[in-house]
Amino acid sequence: MMSILAPPGLMSIAAVISLLIGRHERACSVFSAASALIAALAGSVPCLLVLSGHAPLTLQIPWEIPFGELAFRLDGLSAFFLLPIFGLGALTAVYGSAYLPHAIDPRRLGVAWFCFHLLTASMVTVILAANGLLFLLAWELTVLSSFVLVVLGGDGESNRRAGWIYLVASHLGTGFLIVLFLLMGQKTGSLDFAGFSGIASLPASFKGTLFLLALVGFGTKAGFLPLHIWLPEAHPAAPSHISALMSGVMIKTGIYGLVRVLFFLGHPAPWWGWTLLAVGLASGILGVLFALAQHDLKRLLAYHSVENIGIIALGLGLGLTGLSYGQTAVAVFGLAGGLLHVLNHAVFKGLLFLGAGAVLQQTGTRDIDRLGGLMKGMPWTGTSFLVGSLSISGLPPFNGFVSEFLIYAGALLAVLGPSTPLVAAGLLIIVGLSLIGGLAAACFAKAFSVVFLGSPRADGAEPAGDVGPAMRLPMAVLAALCFLIAVAAPFGLEALAVAISGHPDIVRVSEALWFLARAYTPLAAIVWGAFLLLALTVGVLAWRRYLLTGRDVGTVCTWDCGYARPSNSMQYTGSSFAQPLVDLFDPVLKTEAHLEGVDGYFPRRARFASHTADLFLERVFTPVFRGVAAVLHLVTPMQSGVVQAYVLYITITLVVLLIGGVL
Amino acid sequence: MTLSLLHPLLALVLAPLLQGIINRTKALFAGRSGPPLLQPYWDIAKLLRKGAVYSETTTWLFRLAPAAGVAIGAICLVFLPLGNLRAAFSFEGDLVFVIYLLALHRFLTVIAAMDTGSAFEGMGASREMAFSALAEPALLFGLVAVARQTGRLSLEGLIMPVDPDVWMAHGATFMLVLAGLFLVYLAENSRIPVDDPNTHLELTMIHEVMVLDHGGVDFAFIEYAAALKLWILGALITGIAIPVRTGMPAVDIGAMLAGMAALAVLVGVVESTLVRLRLVQVPHLLIGACAFSIVGIIIQ
Repeated sequence: MMSILAPPGLMSIAAVISLLIGRHERACSVFSAASALIAALAGSVPCLLVLSGHAPLTLQIPWEIPFGELAFRLDGLSAFFLLPIFGLGALTAVYGSAYLPHAIDPRRLGVAWFCFHLLTASMVTVILAANGLLFLLAWELTVLSSFVLVVLGGDGESNRRAGWIYLVASHLGTGFLIVLFLLMGQKTGSLDFAGFSGIASLPASFKGTLFLLALVGFGTKAGFLPLHIWLPEAHPAAPSHISALMSGVMIKTGIYGLVRVLFFLGHPAPWWGWTLLAVGLASGILGVLFALAQHDLKRLLAYHSVENIGIIALGLGLGLTGLSYGQTAVAVFGLAGGLLHVLNHAVFKGLLFLGAGAVLQQTGTRDIDRLGGLMKGMPWTGTSFLVGSLSISGLPPFNGFVSEFLIYAGALLAVLGPSTPLVAAGLLIIVGLSLIGGLAAACFAKAFSVVFLGSPRADGAEPAGDVGPAMRLPMAVLAALCFLIAVAAPFGLEALAVAISGHPDIVRVSEALWFLARAYTPLAAIVWGAFLLLALTVGVLAWRRYLLTGRDVGTVCTWDCGYARPSNSMQYTGSSFAQPLVDLFDPVLKTEAHLEGVDGYFPRRARFASHTADLFLERVFTPVFRGVAAVLHLVTPMQSGVVQAYVLYITITLVVLLIGGVL
Repeated sequence: MTLSLLHPLLALVLAPLLQGIINRTKALFAGRSGPPLLQPYWDIAKLLRKGAVYSETTTWLFRLAPAAGVAIGAICLVFLPLGNLRAAFSFEGDLVFVIYLLALHRFLTVIAAMDTGSAFEGMGASREMAFSALAEPALLFGLVAVARQTGRLSLEGLIMPVDPDVWMAHGATFMLVLAGLFLVYLAENSRIPVDDPNTHLELTMIHEVMVLDHGGVDFAFIEYAAALKLWILGALITGIAIPVRTGMPAVDIGAMLAGMAALAVLVGVVESTLVRLRLVQVPHLLIGACAFSIVGIIIQ
């Protein structure tokens, strides 16, 4: 059973070695990529075995620390979350081996790879941990290692600020988790997960408190609105392959934690599901709206992580409400759809961040409105980014559609079922998902077409060429996965059933699978539809080629309604593309526009700039933290900076405690 | 099996005719004699005989989108019943698949428009995405409202059982849903009052402006795909609106075809008697369409 510890062990060893050989740029990069690949291959095998129906693996080692033992467990849920960590970990390592030397100061290469391996190792440990203390230790290591990677991304003020916001937000979230685990440990007498199953029989009000603690604590990591504020700061700041890893799998450890705790909590109260649905709707809709208003490609992608976390929350929320109203069929579809979206989001968001990194490396800018026409110079990056855009917009025939389809199916079953409040939940999800889908499609039509189509909108934004094979390959693999997951979905239902059957209300895999089997025909039909679509498109294209052979086919400049000299700056930009929707949703977005128009007989150069700040950062968190800082400012007179004074404080405190103890 | 392929074949042949009927109706209102009913067919045939001119800015996506549009339209027809005429293939949840296939078509059209780098086409692309983001929930919600009445999850399952009895029992819901769907129909097929298919002032257009740079064979594909879309959404509306389910194929199919023609006439009447809305008002119309469907579900 030691085999489940091999991957995190390998990763930790790789971390130390890469720190030691960090000075040799090439050796360090190649070694890191290779070791990540080996660890991923070694780790995936037991995961696949468990998902295909083998018994869970456990490992217990006694340790000196009280409240339980050093326990690891690989069950269906862990295996499902581990696979994307291994896969994306290996692919981003390969990408990073070519990307990182250009993105950061080469002298810090060793530190960067050290933190990379530490990050993957700690994420794997978080998922494998079967003891509260071990979980929290690994959780903290994830935060610290990724924090270093965020601030390594650049030397500027903005990077330090991003890192600071990330660190503060993460630790506030961890605070809730510590309370959560202590409460659970207090009730069961041990921090071992094996004993937590007794929590399911505790009073509902206590379980409700635990649910809320988990929602806030894990929600901060996952990026639920309004706890998402660190995402749009940290993701753009980190080097792109780290953004891919953070957005693709690290924030999913938050979802994992939440689902794991839900498994402990047992039969849910209806309001849990409703809370998750509300959180999911808010994150989904507001996330995509804020994404629409962004000009920074990576910031836009970060907001889309909030949106997709919202979709996952919608799936989980449907699962919980389904369970609490006793409709297991609905619940199984909701949970399965939500979990499949976890995997899918890791694939397409990883792909999109890697694409953004390639754009950044070749053009030196992340500003969408300066870019354009990259499809010609960077066909590999462009095509994979297009596949990622289609997937994240939930369009067939790619994987994003399949997971959304499962959630839709659950919602439709709920709507057609008996008249309980669950009908309202189903309707809410249908409206929410279709609106989110439409807005996401608008946002990625903007992001893809402005960056890769037309011609460069500013001087100096022409690419030097496409990126090298080490960066191309991971993108190509992920793009292929976007299609393959959709094709394999009908056969992956059993794995999904294994993953969700850890919930006390759905104990048996066969029961979950019996409900999920209803999705087999639709998913298979979608696969056939996808192939038919490809075949027909190829057929029509062939006919078109046949028709055009021997005829005049010429090229001219773009038809600009009679104007024969269209210039690059006349093209629609990202801001202009998003304008109708940004205007429509202005009450939420509150975009600030600065316009120096064309005035007078001899107008000067006109200017336009717009900026959409994060509503919650500006209106909620900044005032609150300013208030806290103001209160804490009151005690600054005590901070004299004189060491003797501090010794005096310590003495006074000790004396006071002593007196208090005696009395 | 032969009967199940009948609807896709009928649609593939008859789809451009709807456009002809709309144009004839508009001509009648304007007191003109108007183009022949079959003019859309002649237009497509003429375009198919032409060469092509491409903008230097464009990439392969510009050439892919029109062909993919035709393919997507054809696949949607597979899942579509025509009243009592069964779909060629049907599965639970196919309504979501069809709606998302139409979204894929739109996405590709928009990408192709942006591929030219033209400011005008950018304008159309931006508006198309903005309005369809609001039309999509309305369409899906309308269909779900009907599905809740008939208790089935596929397009065939939700349209075929709509007989006079169901209509009698849930008439109010159906009326509201049809109102919502008709607004979506006008918006998605770029008709007045959302878009004007006839205007030559590019600044005011949505769909027509996105295809300015397409010509020849590609434009024929685009026109044909648009006709298919007009048929697809039209078949959903007539399938719900006309509860003729006698079991005699000739009567059932005849009623549906008459319904499709009547729908086209109705669109023509709307186009002749209404003006185009200002673009900022279009979202209100679409949110109204959503509201119709939502009220339709609530009042059951």
